[in-house]
Amino acid sequence: MAVEIYTGDFDPWEIVRQAEQAIPANARGAASVFVGRMRDFNEDEDVTGLFLEHYPGMTERELERIVAEAEARWPLLGCHVAHRVGDVRPGDALVLVATWSAHRVAARDACSDILERLKHEAPFWKRETLTDGTQRWVEKNTPGF
Amino acid sequence: MTVHVHYFARLREELGRQGDAAELPGDSLTVGELWRHLHQEAPPERLMAAVNQEQASLETPVRDGDEVAYFPPVTGG
Repeated sequence: MAVEIYTGDFDPWEIVRQAEQAIPANARGAASVFVGRMRDFNEDEDVTGLFLEHYPGMTERELERIVAEAEARWPLLGCHVAHRVGDVRPGDALVLVATWSAHRVAARDACSDILERLKHEAPFWKRETLTDGTQRWVEKNTPGF
Repeated sequence: MTVHVHYFARLREELGRQGDAAELPGDSLTVGELWRHLHQEAPPERLMAAVNQEQASLETPVRDGDEVAYFPPVTGG
């Protein structure tokens, strides 16, 4: 299990490739990966920049707790969560959740559960900058199910 | 008792500061009572909180030396 916070751009697929090397090749029947990136639009407006604030210390603890609870619920062989903070540009990766298991249901359900809990429990906040320079805090995340 | 308070995101901007160092009488109160003590009003709707970097509710007790954080709904991912 690994939880990482990035202050600069990261390559989620390189992280997945490397993390998979640590999992026994003959057992990893299923991998489920979610990559979230910054769009250049939100709620019908063009967004030119994004700032991601977080609560250093609590952020890592919350992500580790969410992953540990998923590991207790599903038979996972591996799990990797990465999240971006600071100033972000359109197209940059914001979040990676990758899970490995012997079977597809555990990998898929754990990946989905970790992502949804991260979005509603982990202490991150988005502030968008619009084309005219105005800034606005994103009010809330929408339900994912 | 002394409590270290942090504010985040929109709340930090609206209050104009990152936190408060609160000196309080007694040896325990709740997260909601601490907010009322600091701001002289009821906690805003949908306020989230943490005590010692763990999720908390308005009823969670706060003790001497604790780190308390108040913040708006989270929007990561």
